[in-house]
Amino acid sequence: MKPARIAALLLLAAAACGCSRVEPWVKPYERENIADPIMAWDRDPVSSSYMRHVFEAREGARGALGASGGGCGCN
Amino acid sequence: MQLIRAAVIALALLPLPAAAAVLPDDRADLMYHYYDGGGVTIDGPSLLVRKKFAEKYAASANYYVDMVSSASIDVITTASPYTETRTQYGVGFEYLRNKVTYAAAFSNSSENDYEADTATLSISQDMFGDLTTVSLFFTRGWDDVTRRGDATFADEIDRRIYGVDISQVATRNMVLGLSYETITEEGFLNNPYRQVRYLDPDAAVGYSFEPERYPRTRTGNALSLRARYFLPYRAAIQGDYRFYTDTWDILAHTAEVSYTHPLDEEWTFDVRYRFYTQDAAEFYSDLFPREDFQNFLARDKELSTMTSHTLGFGVTYEFKSPRMSFLNRSSLNLRYDRMRFEYDDFRDISTTGFAPGTEPFYSFDADVIRFFFSGWF
Repeated sequence: MKPARIAALLLLAAAACGCSRVEPWVKPYERENIADPIMAWDRDPVSSSYMRHVFEAREGARGALGASGGGCGCN
Repeated sequence: MQLIRAAVIALALLPLPAAAAVLPDDRADLMYHYYDGGGVTIDGPSLLVRKKFAEKYAASANYYVDMVSSASIDVITTASPYTETRTQYGVGFEYLRNKVTYAAAFSNSSENDYEADTATLSISQDMFGDLTTVSLFFTRGWDDVTRRGDATFADEIDRRIYGVDISQVATRNMVLGLSYETITEEGFLNNPYRQVRYLDPDAAVGYSFEPERYPRTRTGNALSLRARYFLPYRAAIQGDYRFYTDTWDILAHTAEVSYTHPLDEEWTFDVRYRFYTQDAAEFYSDLFPREDFQNFLARDKELSTMTSHTLGFGVTYEFKSPRMSFLNRSSLNLRYDRMRFEYDDFRDISTTGFAPGTEPFYSFDADVIRFFFSGWF
């Protein structure tokens, strides 16, 4: 399956899920710990993007190092 | 040249929104980076600035320089040591609408024999009571490859990257992450300077060199999982795993564990260990049996069977200076990584007194330092 088709399917699935209501099992007032700055996936983008560059220049594998996306759901 | 292709892929990861339902804080980072290992020294500055407007829009700009001085094992055995500079500029824009962040970014990277333009579009949405963030992105890259001292050579690379990233709050103390990425490249994918070696009874050392030849297409898939856990005494521990495979038959595993420990409001310490291992590309060989042995030929150690170990330390000092009252807070950061690369089928041909194909396997250590100032305004 082509990557574009996979992405489109994922987008569709995400959109469909958005129609149903899911009760959050971690309530907003229970998110103090995951909202702590030390829980961020990527505290320092300027440093972490540099390290991705260091690894990808010297290793055969690339990609899916993610970590720049995602929130704590604290809002 | 050897660095830029990895760089343009790495920078494609930069513009993803930091969080879907809220834009990142206004922040400026000024960094000095230094790498020393395997006869290669690279250093230079990097500047990253992000600014919000009306809580709905954000703009970012990045400037980055690599100053390279190379006498690597490839260079000393088949060419001459060289110095070069790579400069990269990037800009990004984000628009937040309800729980959806739309982002676009563009970057340009250039050195005297390589030019790369990269554009990325991404969309990120919070859902399920803001416990889940789903990000999708698409990157397109256009590279121009030339060769110093050869005005007749010019070629191109066309790159497409499709990615999805999911961040999930699992419990009140744990966050999970999943990323999947497909990278397809088409064009001149080998290094125009690198050579492969083959057995040659007529040569004094028993072998000779010829230019490497790679397929003109490559598609790789990477899947990663990560978990970050908040410890009861206010510290964080994280585990990461990534699986990678591609159409050149490279299969790789990456595993990492890291630990963050704040000492008080001012000091934060980080430590991590990362392990990486890969199988060689199907057309890789340290020593081919004869000249033009097969259609595709590679002796790039990044395509060989290898492992790497990285042990990293970091310290952050946060402060608020009256002299910089325009900043809400600031931090000084030092990161140090010690890396070791070990090759299982790439031999050190700078050694003498060995028959071809019996030289010791190559390995090297590297030191990587980042020193940076961050200011939130």
